[in-house]
Amino acid sequence: MTDATQSGPMLAADGTPLKKSLARSLRRRKLRALALISPLLLFVLLSFVIPIVSMLFRSVENGIVSQTIPLTVVELQNWDAEGGELPNEAVYAAFTKDMLAAIEAKQHTRLGSRLNYEKTGMSSMFRRSGRQIKKLDPEADAPFKDKLIEIHDGWGDVDTWRTIKTHAVPITNGYFLNAVDMRRTPEGAQAQPDDKKILIKLFGRTLMMSLIITGSCVLLAYPISYLLANLPMRISNLLMILVLLPFWTSLLVRTSAWKVMLQQQGVINETLVWLGLVADDARLVIINNQFGTIIAMTHILLPFMILPMYSVMQTIPPTYTRAAKSMGATNWTTFWRIYFPQSIPGIGAGSILVFILAIGYYITPEIVGGTKGVFISNRIAYHISSSLNWGLAAALGTILLVVVLVLYWAYDKIVGIDNVKLG
Amino acid sequence: MNRAAKDRTGEPSWYMSNDAAFVEFQRVQKSYDGEILVVKDLNLSMPKGEFLTMLGPSGSGKTTCLMMLAGFETATHGEIMLDGRPINNIPPHKRGIGMVFQNYALFPHMTVAENLAFPLEVRNIGKDAREEKVKRALDMVQMGAFGSRRPAQLSGGQQQRIALARALVFEPELVLMDEPLGALDKQLREHMQFEITRLAHELGITTVYVTHDQTEALTMSDRVAVFDDGRIQQLAPPDLLYEEPENSFVAQFIGENNTLEGVVKSIDGDSCVVALDDGSEIDAMPVNVKAAGERTKVSIRPERVEFNKDRLHADAHTLKATVKEFIYMGDVFRFRLSVAGNDDFIIKTRNAPDAVRLSPGQEVEIGWLAKDCRALDA
Repeated sequence: MTDATQSGPMLAADGTPLKKSLARSLRRRKLRALALISPLLLFVLLSFVIPIVSMLFRSVENGIVSQTIPLTVVELQNWDAEGGELPNEAVYAAFTKDMLAAIEAKQHTRLGSRLNYEKTGMSSMFRRSGRQIKKLDPEADAPFKDKLIEIHDGWGDVDTWRTIKTHAVPITNGYFLNAVDMRRTPEGAQAQPDDKKILIKLFGRTLMMSLIITGSCVLLAYPISYLLANLPMRISNLLMILVLLPFWTSLLVRTSAWKVMLQQQGVINETLVWLGLVADDARLVIINNQFGTIIAMTHILLPFMILPMYSVMQTIPPTYTRAAKSMGATNWTTFWRIYFPQSIPGIGAGSILVFILAIGYYITPEIVGGTKGVFISNRIAYHISSSLNWGLAAALGTILLVVVLVLYWAYDKIVGIDNVKLG
Repeated sequence: MNRAAKDRTGEPSWYMSNDAAFVEFQRVQKSYDGEILVVKDLNLSMPKGEFLTMLGPSGSGKTTCLMMLAGFETATHGEIMLDGRPINNIPPHKRGIGMVFQNYALFPHMTVAENLAFPLEVRNIGKDAREEKVKRALDMVQMGAFGSRRPAQLSGGQQQRIALARALVFEPELVLMDEPLGALDKQLREHMQFEITRLAHELGITTVYVTHDQTEALTMSDRVAVFDDGRIQQLAPPDLLYEEPENSFVAQFIGENNTLEGVVKSIDGDSCVVALDDGSEIDAMPVNVKAAGERTKVSIRPERVEFNKDRLHADAHTLKATVKEFIYMGDVFRFRLSVAGNDDFIIKTRNAPDAVRLSPGQEVEIGWLAKDCRALDA
């Protein structure tokens, strides 16, 4: 009790400040904890954090133009892109010099592919011109303007040079503009022509369908969770195994099973035709469209809704319902006023989980979604593996990530993340 | 009077089916699995305004009875009457019975005032009348300032008061309480016991109270029903229950009790002589024994044992006892004695100026008045 009288920081028995001495005694424990988690930490860092950071960076990174044709980029600074005139000889000379170096390093086709995202035809133009430019001599063959236009008339097109100049910046917003159906032009950001506007629609569809899937999961999961939470342990455990069974089956198998079920010659259609409910020539189209995606994904994501709901409902004691009834509330009032409000954290947790999983789903829409039922993630996969436009894929991925984070934040504001119980 | 006397129909004397009964159980049985009866042939009749406690060990069927009365369990057989009407087929929410639960069951997502308003709301009582009643109910339990709090912000005792107010706010004629004080500490419990009985008597409510705490039962109730094995073992006011237990279960269960086993040697009206297993003889009052030769357990309360021979009848039987232990408890002295082969024979004496302190090892002679020693069933 000697500390009670002294002013200043609390001191330990040996006179060192208490905070310092506490920190020292806790240091060993902290180091131990760090050592225990370090393998996982390292794994997460290498396999999760670094890829994500590099993806985020890729969505704005655009070094390729200024690195491959650095002299041209410098010369283009002096060219007035708005004037409608072709650049002068200096630009063509610089470009020939740059190209010769790039051809030597086999970099010119990569630049062609990059510029092809912005202006169709650039890729083949670079590839074909490359073979001719290779034969030129940077000193003897000047001037180059006419020669280049002769090699490929694309070099005589003002648009070509405008495109190169527009995308010469090392950090670009071009990918993000593309991701929201806009494009980078010398005059600033402009809307894409109508026939190229597909991504915003796809984002909207992804959000809409994810909401529908989440909603139908809530409707289907609520009664079954209620049943599970209120049945005797022995029976509810048995039913729980049935709920978890899909978890132990491959996702691909389940999705393929839906293909078998839903297709025009599939189980459902055959049964309906056999029962005479549907005419043989008017079979239901329930696959390769949005309906198919919603059905299959609702089924696949249902356990993620049931589990948090069940664990929340299990903690609602039956005495609440009894108390409400003893006070004169009917079954419906008891449910609506007493039981339901207490089960909302479960609905919230399940909805967040299902919605976030749904918004980034890939395999199921790919298999049963056809063209009308695909999600934004399928488009990302296309740009990663087919069109090789990784920048655009990264921008789309980043937007998806931001959307999820914003929704999460909004949910926290409205419902409160403390109210979410996962178990 | 021998309270265990049976009337013509073979039913215990306390059971009188009469028109004045407010709550009535008529030959009620309950089984959950079709094999075991949890409640066996229960008959009970309660007048209006009575505070009745169902007391018993866990699994004795007392809570099941309460739940049947509330409507959460249905009787397998028999009839439960409320104010002259059979209520077996009336759902709980139409019975109009107030209830206080063991863990209060205050709705966590509502404020205290909303909790209290809930039973009024479902009865379609207008907003002004509702607020008025809620306020009155809160004031009644001295919680007027807590209307806007959430149940989680209240202490256990405060939650208990709110639960009580909520059960009373819609002015039910019958209130059921299921071990409502079980979660409180001793001091608060004693205070709430007093509060609950005061309110019940002031408002003239009929109360059925379930507990396994005998002190609670004795201090609060007009009558106590002691449950064991699905039956009412005895239904009596607290003093009779303590002083005149009708069978050895009640004698053992209520208060502290000394038991000696033996055989009835002779019966003479209101007194009998019991030969204990070690051969010594004692005086007792025959309660559950009818003829000589029957085995019996005699029961004597620790404070009724006398070791001052002058206070006993001249011809009273006495027993030799060895003091084993002396326990000082402040207001009373407690001695553990070895009597007739029983090493756990307890005696209590008041810590009066002239009280004798026996020390361990001392040999004493003990005895009692025949009416204090009850020969019960073996």
